[in-house]
Amino acid sequence: MSVNQQAHAGPPYGQPQPGYQGYQQPAYGGQPLPGVPQSQYGAYNGPMPGYQQPVPPQGYFPSLGFPSKGSPVSLNSDTSSLAPNFIGSLRAPPTSGAPPPASGASLPSGHLAYSQFGHGDVQNGIPASAAPMQRPPASQPFLPGSAPTPVSQTSTFQQYGPPPAGVQQLSNHMAGMTLGSATAAAPPPAGLGYGPPTSVPPVSGSFSATASGLYTPYTASQGPPPTSVSQGLPLAQPPFPGQPVSTQRLPAQVPGFAPPPSSTGIGPSSYPPATGAPRPPTMPGPPLPGQTVAGPPASQPNHVSSPPPPSAMSGPHPAPPVSGLHGPPPPTHPPQPGYQMQQNGSFGQVRGPQPNYGGAYPGTPNYGSQPGPPPPPKRLDPDSIPSPQLNELPPQQKPRHRIDPDAIPSPIQVIEDDRSNRGSEPFVTGVRGQVPPLVTTNFLVRDQGNASPRYIRCTSYNIPCTSDMAKQSQVPLAAVIKPLATLPPEETLPYLVDHGESGPVRCNRCKAYMCPFMQFIEGGRRFQCCFCSCVTEVPPHYFQHLDHTGKRVDFYDRPELSLGSYEFLATVDYCKNNKFPSPPAFIFMIDVSYNAVKSGLVRLICEELKSLLDYLPREGNMEESAIRVGFVTYNKVLHFYNVKSSLAQPQMMVVSDVADMFVPLLDGFLVNVNESRTVIASLLDQIPEMFADTRETETVFAPVIQAGLEALKAAECAGKLFIFHTSLPIAEAPGKLKNRDDKKLINTDKEKTLFQPQTSFYNNLAKDCVAQGCCVDLFLFPNQYLDVATLGVVTHQTGGSIYKYAYFQLETDQDRFLNDLRRDVQKEVGFDAVMRVRTSTGIRATDFFGAFYMSNTTDVEMAGLDCDKTITVEFKHDDKLSEDSGALLQCALLYTSCAGQRRLRIHNLSLNCCTQLADLYRNCETDTLINYLAKYAYRGVLSSPVKTVRDALINQCAQILACYRKNCASPSSAGQLILPECMKLLPVYLNCVLKSDVLQPGLEVTTDDRAYIRQLVTSMDVAETNVFFYPRLLPLTKADVDSDSLPAAIRNSEERLSKGDIYLLENGLNIFVWVGVNVQQGLIQNLFGVSSFSQISNALSTLPVLENPFSKKVRSIIDMLQVQRSRYMKLIIVKQEDKLEMLFKHFLVEDKSLSGGASYVDFLCHMHKEIRQLLS
Amino acid sequence: MATYLEFIQQNEERDGVRFSWNVWPSSRLEATRMVVPLACLLTPLKERLDLPPVQYEPVLCSRPTCKAVLNPLCQVDYRAKLWACNFCFQRNQFPPAYAGISEVNQPAELMPQFSTIEYIVQRGPQTPLIFLYVIDTCLEEEDLQALKESLQMSLSLLPADALVGLITFGRMVQVHELSCEGISKSYVFRGTKDLTAKQIQDMLGLSKPAAPIQQGRPLQAPEQPVISSRFLQPVHTIDMNLTDLLGELQRDPWPVTQGKRPLRSTGVALSIAVGLLEGTFPNTGARIMLFTGGPPTQGPGMVVGDELKTPIRSWHDIEKDNARFMKKATKHYETLANRTAANGHCIDIYACALDQTGLLEMKCCANLTGGHMVMGDSFNTSLFKQTFQRVFNKGFNGEFRMAFGASLDVKTSRELKIAGAIGPCVSLNAKGPCVSENELGIGGTSQWKICSLDPSTTLAIYFEVVNQHNAPVPQGGRGAVQFVTQYQHSSTQKRIRVTTIARNWADAQSQLQHIEAAFDQEAAAVLMARLGVYRAESEEGPDVLRWLDRQLIRLCQKFGQYNKDDPNSFRLSESFSLYPQFMFHLRRSPFLQVFNNSPDESSYYRHHFARQDLTQSLIMIQPILYAYSFHGPPEPVLLDSSSILPDRILLMDTFFQIVIYLGETIAQWQKAGYQDMPEYENFKHLLQAPLDDAQEILQTRFPMPRYIHTEHGGSQARFLLSKVNPSQTHNNLYAWGQESGAPILTDDVSLQVFMDHLKKLAVSSAS
Repeated sequence: MSVNQQAHAGPPYGQPQPGYQGYQQPAYGGQPLPGVPQSQYGAYNGPMPGYQQPVPPQGYFPSLGFPSKGSPVSLNSDTSSLAPNFIGSLRAPPTSGAPPPASGASLPSGHLAYSQFGHGDVQNGIPASAAPMQRPPASQPFLPGSAPTPVSQTSTFQQYGPPPAGVQQLSNHMAGMTLGSATAAAPPPAGLGYGPPTSVPPVSGSFSATASGLYTPYTASQGPPPTSVSQGLPLAQPPFPGQPVSTQRLPAQVPGFAPPPSSTGIGPSSYPPATGAPRPPTMPGPPLPGQTVAGPPASQPNHVSSPPPPSAMSGPHPAPPVSGLHGPPPPTHPPQPGYQMQQNGSFGQVRGPQPNYGGAYPGTPNYGSQPGPPPPPKRLDPDSIPSPQLNELPPQQKPRHRIDPDAIPSPIQVIEDDRSNRGSEPFVTGVRGQVPPLVTTNFLVRDQGNASPRYIRCTSYNIPCTSDMAKQSQVPLAAVIKPLATLPPEETLPYLVDHGESGPVRCNRCKAYMCPFMQFIEGGRRFQCCFCSCVTEVPPHYFQHLDHTGKRVDFYDRPELSLGSYEFLATVDYCKNNKFPSPPAFIFMIDVSYNAVKSGLVRLICEELKSLLDYLPREGNMEESAIRVGFVTYNKVLHFYNVKSSLAQPQMMVVSDVADMFVPLLDGFLVNVNESRTVIASLLDQIPEMFADTRETETVFAPVIQAGLEALKAAECAGKLFIFHTSLPIAEAPGKLKNRDDKKLINTDKEKTLFQPQTSFYNNLAKDCVAQGCCVDLFLFPNQYLDVATLGVVTHQTGGSIYKYAYFQLETDQDRFLNDLRRDVQKEVGFDAVMRVRTSTGIRATDFFGAFYMSNTTDVEMAGLDCDKTITVEFKHDDKLSEDSGALLQCALLYTSCAGQRRLRIHNLSLNCCTQLADLYRNCETDTLINYLAKYAYRGVLSSPVKTVRDALINQCAQILACYRKNCASPSSAGQLILPECMKLLPVYLNCVLKSDVLQPGLEVTTDDRAYIRQLVTSMDVAETNVFFYPRLLPLTKADVDSDSLPAAIRNSEERLSKGDIYLLENGLNIFVWVGVNVQQGLIQNLFGVSSFSQISNALSTLPVLENPFSKKVRSIIDMLQVQRSRYMKLIIVKQEDKLEMLFKHFLVEDKSLSGGASYVDFLCHMHKEIRQLLS
Repeated sequence: MATYLEFIQQNEERDGVRFSWNVWPSSRLEATRMVVPLACLLTPLKERLDLPPVQYEPVLCSRPTCKAVLNPLCQVDYRAKLWACNFCFQRNQFPPAYAGISEVNQPAELMPQFSTIEYIVQRGPQTPLIFLYVIDTCLEEEDLQALKESLQMSLSLLPADALVGLITFGRMVQVHELSCEGISKSYVFRGTKDLTAKQIQDMLGLSKPAAPIQQGRPLQAPEQPVISSRFLQPVHTIDMNLTDLLGELQRDPWPVTQGKRPLRSTGVALSIAVGLLEGTFPNTGARIMLFTGGPPTQGPGMVVGDELKTPIRSWHDIEKDNARFMKKATKHYETLANRTAANGHCIDIYACALDQTGLLEMKCCANLTGGHMVMGDSFNTSLFKQTFQRVFNKGFNGEFRMAFGASLDVKTSRELKIAGAIGPCVSLNAKGPCVSENELGIGGTSQWKICSLDPSTTLAIYFEVVNQHNAPVPQGGRGAVQFVTQYQHSSTQKRIRVTTIARNWADAQSQLQHIEAAFDQEAAAVLMARLGVYRAESEEGPDVLRWLDRQLIRLCQKFGQYNKDDPNSFRLSESFSLYPQFMFHLRRSPFLQVFNNSPDESSYYRHHFARQDLTQSLIMIQPILYAYSFHGPPEPVLLDSSSILPDRILLMDTFFQIVIYLGETIAQWQKAGYQDMPEYENFKHLLQAPLDDAQEILQTRFPMPRYIHTEHGGSQARFLLSKVNPSQTHNNLYAWGQESGAPILTDDVSLQVFMDHLKKLAVSSAS
């Protein structure tokens, strides 16, 4: 519920974009100034104060429980509001407009607000919980809102007073607010004028960030209110609105806060959504405040909105905000400087608040304190907290930036919020269309009929009923499927179901597999397919009676009837050539050319294999792995080895006929490790010796794959090739490549050729490999260009993985390589896999992204599919969906297990359908969306100029947001940037995608790197893309040495780094440890074992093992991170002001990048401009 | 005629030469009327105990087109230190080393008894002999084991410094690298793909590395031996290694499904062997020894598909043009054989299988390079084991009975031209004034290459008399022929053996009786047989038979004494008396009759027929039959069914088979166990006598004959029954059969019938 609400709230966010020129909400200048806003504000002010102090506090307090959530929410909301909504919302006018409604609504919203806040926070995390509640309100508010609106309107003013209104009312009110007088007024508040928003946003952002953290704590304590306050403050700056908001929150949280109303005003729009169930509860006590509070928070999230308040504030209360701003601004100000210029006066003020927020944020802890002061705190807090400096700073800062980075939506905040809200309880999959917690949240899943989000995540859990809606929204409908995902030990693996000789029970027409959604009829004698509605006879052996509810009596005994994920044992009909498959084989193919030998790689691999072979994947409880192994070495020619157990010595067989590759032996090539142990050991001992003196520098490549393929063909099994390769294959052989690296092509129409394979030879080879179930994993050790784009073709199309270790050096890269190799060899993998995604009538899987091959339009074929590989599937409408029946997905994966068992893994997922766009926006998952967009864009570069791809991305996102703004957000001035709560991070993430090396290469990035990354991303899951595009930045020096937890992440911006601290940044591929120049010597000594900053070697690939708590803590953090990722990350020590820092800065994705990538703030402005263009 | 017989024998012993005519008709016209061409059987390396080689270079005629070697027939002017070439009449100065020459101080080559002389010359680097084993691994376990043992044993028989190499094949072809320690290494080739020599060398890493990189010090010289030595190593250094490697040889590991033949890449294996040697040791004595246990079933040179339901081609298929792979395969092997010959290497084929192994297609490999061809039922038989062992037999002087890379250069005096040669050789395409336009056998050249030969290797060389009838040779004139054989001795020395012979010319009209008397009917039979067999390779069997018949009839017409149209008056002189009989048996021989023989067997028989010396050839044409009985000492008896008597033990030697046949009574006696009773010890001796004689033959013959011990009514008796002249058959048993004997169930004509017809035709005025 909260979610929905929040989502709504989000829209309002339109932040006053004072700072943004483009964004500038003319409104700000104008609006705020205009009497209206002011008046509104005034009104608000009036009410707010009143509210704040009187109502909020008390009422709110009661709701504490909620408030607590609310408060955090509120914080979030603020932030979020700022962020989400945007910039644009700043508009005072709207706010102004809003304010009143807000006020009016605020009360109602108050409840809502709470809920929203809660939702907001929760929402991100927990859409499901209140869902029903929320939705209604949401929907109501906006659309139907009209009805409520009136109420709200009427109430608005009164609201403050009447806060107690029922939740629904509240919601309605909220809606009303937004819609009605609202419309304009309400939304704005949510959005906050851009100007304000900006200013606000930062605040909000800061808040959110801090808030999240804070909130949680607050929640416990009343603290939240303060947060709210703090938010309020930011908002407040927007003078009144802010205050009101804060008040609202405050109220919720802090009884004392009158402001809540204001918040309501702000939040209203946002709040409404929030109104979800939760609110009601909260509401009751402090309904008004709650609502109000909720409102703000909600607004914040979406809106980033802090703007709303600002908007409101900005408009009417410019001055006050300013003051308020001043207090908090300081920190923020600096960044804002530029904005300031842009910002209107009001903005400036707004910023002020933001800075304040910033201050507040830092103060997060402050929040705790803040809570106390809540009502006044808003303003006071800022002052009190950051005030001194902040106040001073703000003015200065203003000139620099228009927008306070802290005021714009913060990924960190969102993640933290979700984590705290949704991480504690298991995610139960029983309900249709629930949005799961974020990928960054640790949560348990209880399968009650839908596949775990670990297996499937969707961009939206609420699908538009019609294609028109879908087109209008431009929100891609996609599912990111990881069929063999690894589950945490607490969760059970899919059960294996055996339906006997006739195989799994399936629908006669569409061949869908038996699943929980199948409807049994006629006493259980038949079942109706949930996908195609065809009625199929239940096979006699499968018959079971139905109980009075129409459920089969054996419902709980059969995984395929009660669970979302399960496996079927496949019958021989599902096997190639109608023969059960043999156990798969692993073939290790080692480059033994000069480079590989000289670098020690060959010896390393051989040494490692000796022990690694004992850890081949095993099925279940089997004593030993069924997988057979084989060995090949190669340079210009290939060497096969006969390691038959009966031999005293291995035998080497050289195949020099690389033009026409074949396998020289069958018996003795693929062997059982245990049986041939001594021979294999002897071989691995001898390989490095044999080639120790090699002078061969040329290598072949395609024949190596062909050899593996032929070997598997001959052995009639599927399997995996592990190829360790060092150089561009220039030796005379099929698949020979030439060096075509040309950086001059970048930014030209020919740039795409850099991503395309040189020759179609490898595509054909890949096809053959897939047909045989020959998966190719590639380990590359290049010292120069080796054309990853071409070499990777087979790997990519067979579902394999590429690992690249440029300039491989034994000392530094050994650990990384060995860890990758170990994991790669040991990880669970299905062979010879075919995946098909079935959907209920109305939508259809139309496009697929990932590492696989498709010979037709429906079947995704993968020679190998491991537990880390993800397939993204896009759906399109081909008919109407109905809200009643929702939409169903069934992903069926047919594969051969590592023991050679043929199985079908089935994942089912049910989604809701909606006729209201708002529902769609409320149930989105930005991370998944980004995953899809990145993959879409990365595929696009193969065929279009990069610029086209970038523009298309921006355009699509602008359309998504514009559609929201137009159809879901409460009316507000055009200048307000209003983001949906669920998508408030879309701009920041999108910017990260646009700045990624593939789409905007830095100077240091090689063509191979780009191709490599392009392929990597294509099969990443949501968690991986999340951290890849927005790296995790952890202040190590802030880590609590005594606890297991990670320090709170901070945003990826240089200005967040302190010279006195050490930070860790990880993106899934690399870990950077950044050391500030002013770091205490003691820390350096503890961590690096050297006495001074200058003595730190940046050649370290691991941290020294030192016996002190800090070192242990840091190493344990790194180990923890390494475990989370599917690849072992390269550790790079970066000293501030060192050369390497350039590289590091590349990953500070919120900043302007050297290669021309926009900073977050700039990009947000740009997006806003785009959206406005679309709207106008 | 005793004189001529002695003369012929003497000549054969001294020079290894037997001419069909020992007095030559002096004009082309007369010569053609002689029917049997002027030709000789030459055994270039005939073992001569009394011929110590001389250690200097031969003196050559200075005329570039002649280059004949100084010989006893040359006129020498001792004072002027000049000698006149007896072929081109060029006057040559003796080289300075001959300054001391005088009538009493003659060099050996001028002495009449040295009409054959052998020089040892120092030319080029001496490279050790090379033995490259090419082993089929698609064998039954038992066979493979036996083969492995034979091969391991053979290592001890090789010269210590010989280089050995190992290639194994089945579905794939593996070239084993013998130099490495520890891990055994081999290069593998796919069995279905034909590769050029260049590709093979590239793939084996034999192509010379791009040396220019290292300027200054030419490392090439030391490198080259290193490279080749990876695959070819001196026996003494890798003896142990190779023994182990052979011991570890596995059967071809690729599964053979029911109803299929194993995939055998003989064609590619040979091709790689050839390519390997071609790249590393061209023009050095080398033996590629192919051991195969079945037909090639894939790749170039495949002879039959791998479906067992399709049998390997038979003569019937070939006649019906139904042998799908034959032509292509033959072409493949011919190409290989020619390349091998060009490199001076030879290919031996040891094929042991119950079914055919594709010898028909592969025969040229052995035929053109002088390699051995051995056919057996299994590697696990003494036939193979002993034959293989005998390859490495040593001669009386402790030297291997093998020589390599020989080139035979024939020079003739002007009245003669060279029409061709038939034997294990290839043409070197040396055109010259003494080369005839009419080809008999491999013609159009005066030089042939014999890549491998042993002391019994015999070539048939055909000449044409070109002297015109109107330009008679002066009375007492002699024609001369010089055979110059340069070869690599098994000791790796280069040697040149020069044989110069001369025969009298005679005017056929006035001196026919001389010519007639000097007819060597044995040599003539063999020479004609070689021609016939040679033709049979390319012509239809019946055509060859007709041709032979016609030749025989014409000969009889020419030299017989008869009244026209009166068969009964027909007589042949003693020097021709056996000739028709030889022809009779030749017609029935497996060389010309394919009935009851598989194409492989025919190829096998013909292979040996084309290289054995006169004696052995005659045995092949007309097997020898000895009878052992209580009636007297062992005696040769007619190869006739009438010789098969109950109280006789017969010993038949067909060259390929030794058959001991116990007559009905003897067999009964033996069954009764008389030989074990002391009082019948003579019976025991009687039984033992043929065994001993057979043993003697078995000891010396190469390849070892199939040894058959049978008795009256035994199934193996067919070997005897199919050979003897069917004078008594079920048709004429009562007409002829007053005397006892064994009737043969055949419709073949008997010698008597044959002779009757011959007489009738010879005297007929119609033809």
